[in-house]
Amino acid sequence: MNGNNATPLVTCRDVVKTYGSGNAEVHALRGVDLDVYPGELTMLVGPSGCGKTTLLSVVAGILRPTAGSVSVLRTDLTHLSSWRRTAFRRDHVGFVFQQFNLLPALTAAENAAVPLVIQGRSRRTALARSKELLDQMGMADRVSSLPGKLSGGQQQRVAIARALIHHPHLLVCDEPTSALDAKTGHTILELLRSIAVEGDRAVMIVTHDSRIFEFADTLARMDDGHIVSVERKNGRDKHEIDNQAIAS
Amino acid sequence: MNWIAFKMLTGNRGKYLGIILGIAFATLLIAQQASIFCGLMLQTSGQIRDIQGAGIWVMDPNVQFSDDIKPLSDSDLYRVRGVPGVSWAVRLYKGLTRSRLEDGNFQQTILLGLDDATLVGAPPNMILGNLFDLRKPDAVIMDLEGYQLLWPGEEPRIGKRFEMNDHEAEIVGICKASRTFQTFPVVYTRYSQALEFVPPERKVLSFVLADAEKGADVNEVCRRIQEQTGLRAVTGEQFEWITIWYFWRNTGIPFNFGITVALGFVVGTAIAAQTFYLFTIENIKQYGALKAMGAGNWSLMAMILLQAMLVSVTGFGLGIGAATWFGTIANAPGSRLAFYMPLEVFVATGLAVIAIGMLSSLLSMQRVMVVEPAVVFQG
Ligand SMILES: Nc1ncnc2c1ncn2[C@@H]1O[C@H](COP(=O)(O)OP(=O)(O)OP(=O)(O)O)[C@@H](O)[C@H]1O
Ligand SMILES: [Mg+2]
Repeated sequence: MNGNNATPLVTCRDVVKTYGSGNAEVHALRGVDLDVYPGELTMLVGPSGCGKTTLLSVVAGILRPTAGSVSVLRTDLTHLSSWRRTAFRRDHVGFVFQQFNLLPALTAAENAAVPLVIQGRSRRTALARSKELLDQMGMADRVSSLPGKLSGGQQQRVAIARALIHHPHLLVCDEPTSALDAKTGHTILELLRSIAVEGDRAVMIVTHDSRIFEFADTLARMDDGHIVSVERKNGRDKHEIDNQAIAS
Repeated sequence: MNWIAFKMLTGNRGKYLGIILGIAFATLLIAQQASIFCGLMLQTSGQIRDIQGAGIWVMDPNVQFSDDIKPLSDSDLYRVRGVPGVSWAVRLYKGLTRSRLEDGNFQQTILLGLDDATLVGAPPNMILGNLFDLRKPDAVIMDLEGYQLLWPGEEPRIGKRFEMNDHEAEIVGICKASRTFQTFPVVYTRYSQALEFVPPERKVLSFVLADAEKGADVNEVCRRIQEQTGLRAVTGEQFEWITIWYFWRNTGIPFNFGITVALGFVVGTAIAAQTFYLFTIENIKQYGALKAMGAGNWSLMAMILLQAMLVSVTGFGLGIGAATWFGTIANAPGSRLAFYMPLEVFVATGLAVIAIGMLSSLLSMQRVMVVEPAVVFQG
């Protein structure tokens, strides 16, 4: 695993994100500094509305920050055109969503194949690869099922297969367990831990769920648009950021 | 991505069918109304087509359509015969007269008088009787639909008598005739006989029917006739178009049908666009997810366009099928509806439907274009 001197895969410096303008302005991120390391599972936790999803979206290249800089894989996302950010997501980012967001008309295997299809791979190649992956995840007998016929846990497995099929360097998951019961959520986290966290891949998970904090290598706590503490586990150092210092 | 677009479309069967039916309805309305219009236009010139055997029609220069009769004098006939390249030329009488039935009822009737010697212009399809019985005194041939109009429910038979201009006429044959615009019975007789069936007039020659000599260019002969006689000489087909254009310009028919066709287009577009748009909105999160995963705007546009084209083609097929089915009913014997679907109507309807598909997808495309991939993170 990485020590403190490893190169971060994601670097956020003084990231500010403001929604709306004038009276309707919402300061979702008020100056966020964060490093995310490859081969680690970084969890982003904090109360509702503190800006977790916003930060995740900025890091994944979905939202453009209002100020500050975000670089992923040494690419400065802040200054990429929207077209290049799309290509960046296509090539380097995998997504797992709270609501799974599977396409209801596609089978499990077809859903998991989507990122490869977006990359321009043929249907046949993509499907072969996705069946293989689902097989590894214990879903071999459900490859032809439509999402509507799958349980929440099974759907989330399909979503994870979809997020990993194109070997992204960054995997972002927003509340991947909150639509699932505790036991299933636990299984899903174990699955992510075992197949998603790899040497050159960083995994970021946003969660409310304190029962799954144990899976994190790094726990970043947020409040009101700030990172208030970053806790690195497994013998790595743990430091607290002084909330007051940032606010002043 | 194409197969994904296809699956997304067909995955929601209800909406899918809804859009297709909208487009099918528009297709039906457009194709059917346009075909009825073409059928009506064709009817206006049906009588010209029914007069066969002559390549050239000669008439007064002011004649505007086939029922616009401005009589010629007999000397005109001889002058036409004198034009080089004219192989023969004969008389044709065409006029309206009143038939009086045994029960005292009157009915407007179209009377055609054919050249006594040659019977040029005789009806091509006899149903009952013999064409040459026209040579008998007072003999006439009537079209079947006219017969059924005059004597509804009666089995058509030869020997039936009625009066025109207080002169007894005897039916010696029943023929088939194109449906005419006015739906009056059509009565054929000899030229000299025809003059007995109408009140006396100074000039009675309606048209001169002629033909070019073998090997001569018909259009050239027409030009020469015009030059030498000052009359108007055209081919049968040209006369048909002159008649059709006259009705086109001088009646409300094209306008009225144009309105219905436009309405079909607008209503069809509205239905299809609305259903298609709702369908896209319903799937908007899926498009957002595809965008988040790195699908570019162009591929999403292509997906929507493909879906639009798919429903358009299917809807068009259904609609044209329905229109054709209507057409066979309209053209069934005994029906007075006009229906004619030329290739042009087929193609134009197809283009209209493609336009409907395009227009319908525009709104959807716009919606998908602006959707933020960030929607995928919203619960
Ligand atoms: N598109 C948007 N427009 C305006 N305000 C927004 C938008 N998205 C988020 N916000 C606001 O920004 C703030 C941070 O939102 P964000 O979704 O990042 O919080 P979160 O930590 O993910 O919350 P939760 O745990 O409830 O998901 C909130 O106040 C939210 O209302
Ligand atoms: Mg959130």
